[in-house]
Amino acid sequence: MNQSAIMSDSPINKPAVSSWAMFRTLCGVALFSGLIIVIVYQTTLPFIQENRRKAIERAVFEVLPGATQRLTFSVEADGPRLITEDEVVSTRMYAGLDGSGNLVGIALEAMGQGYQDVIRLMYGYDPERELIVGMTILEMRETPGLGDKIAHDPRFLANFEALDVSLNADRTDFINPVVAVDQGDKINPWEVDGITGATISTQAVTRIIGLNAKEITPYILEHHDVLKGASS
Amino acid sequence: MSNTEVTPPMDVFIKGLWRENPVFRMLLGMCPVLAVTNSVMNALAMGAATLFVLTMSSTLVALLKDFIPKQVRIATYIIIIATFVTVVDYVIQAISLDLYMALGAFIQLIVVNCMILGRAEAFASKNSVPRAILDALGMGLGFTIALLCLGAVREVLGNGSFLGFDLFGPSFEPWSVMILPPGGFFVLGFWLLLFAYVKERSDARKKGQEEMSHGG
Repeated sequence: MNQSAIMSDSPINKPAVSSWAMFRTLCGVALFSGLIIVIVYQTTLPFIQENRRKAIERAVFEVLPGATQRLTFSVEADGPRLITEDEVVSTRMYAGLDGSGNLVGIALEAMGQGYQDVIRLMYGYDPERELIVGMTILEMRETPGLGDKIAHDPRFLANFEALDVSLNADRTDFINPVVAVDQGDKINPWEVDGITGATISTQAVTRIIGLNAKEITPYILEHHDVLKGASS
Repeated sequence: MSNTEVTPPMDVFIKGLWRENPVFRMLLGMCPVLAVTNSVMNALAMGAATLFVLTMSSTLVALLKDFIPKQVRIATYIIIIATFVTVVDYVIQAISLDLYMALGAFIQLIVVNCMILGRAEAFASKNSVPRAILDALGMGLGFTIALLCLGAVREVLGNGSFLGFDLFGPSFEPWSVMILPPGGFFVLGFWLLLFAYVKERSDARKKGQEEMSHGG
């Protein structure tokens, strides 16, 4: 075989690509990429924000039966502060009002570990009666057909239509702890009737609501008058 | 110029639908195929998202092929693919948050779908823009059809519905396993078996015809 033919195929003899050509290509493509992403982000942002606002609004009205309007509050050490929708705060809660402007309840977001991933939910709290009056799942990755029943099973969701979360006299704990029980074993208003085949998911929802309510309900009761005043 | 250029344009498009179907013939992109096909709507959305990313990235790769040095070609392809995946991610969020939640992380994972990088490397980087677009459309549609085949069977059997519409009434007991991960493997296995059987029959028929023509 011709030696020069072998040599011409050798990678050593191929014309070298300059570092500048590689740098130019990668930078050019990255700049183009950045430009496209910025344009799409700016174009879709109002629609995404509107979708999120609608999702929150739908959830608030779902967990607070009778509410037709809502106000957003920031949870702050010296009391709740009325904020605008776009204001960025660490913790927020939503006051649901009826047609006459009366406070129906407070909607709160909570999250915690489920069976497969984090469960994010919203629940409604009625400070007058110290009851949880509704719950909806905002985000979850529970097992389809089993754990995901926590979002749709009407019998399970009925647990949260009047779940007792009354606080003791010094507001440090519940009078009766919120617990999940086996399907069909619910007797008391502070118990959550579980779903057979979705034990871990139902216990997770109960735990998430219990922990969050124990932390936030003393704050709501303490500032109940402020919330009512701001609402009216 | 590659020898694939001699293939008629219609063949470039059609091969992805059947002869080189990315799922049923080449077993590419199995992760979303198994993970998101528990309903027809999820399958359709993932198929459309993949089709868009594949078409746009193949177009751009074919357009820029003469300017991309070989040493940085994979990095460049990944940047291009990731750009269009990000675009799809924002667009789906703008269309429907529920759909975005249902598809979960699998939208972002289109970046690592080996079918897209594979077509960029094996076809778009060696062919003209129109051929790259035809190839991407064929492969993307083939991928979408495969997802729909799985999604339809899994939703009908696992949930008793099609596109959310109840088919069998309250007396139907759904086969929950079909919408669980093992159901994805069962249904994929069934479709692969069917495709292999049809191909075997077709090959046998062609062979018989050839033998007859030689004999005659």
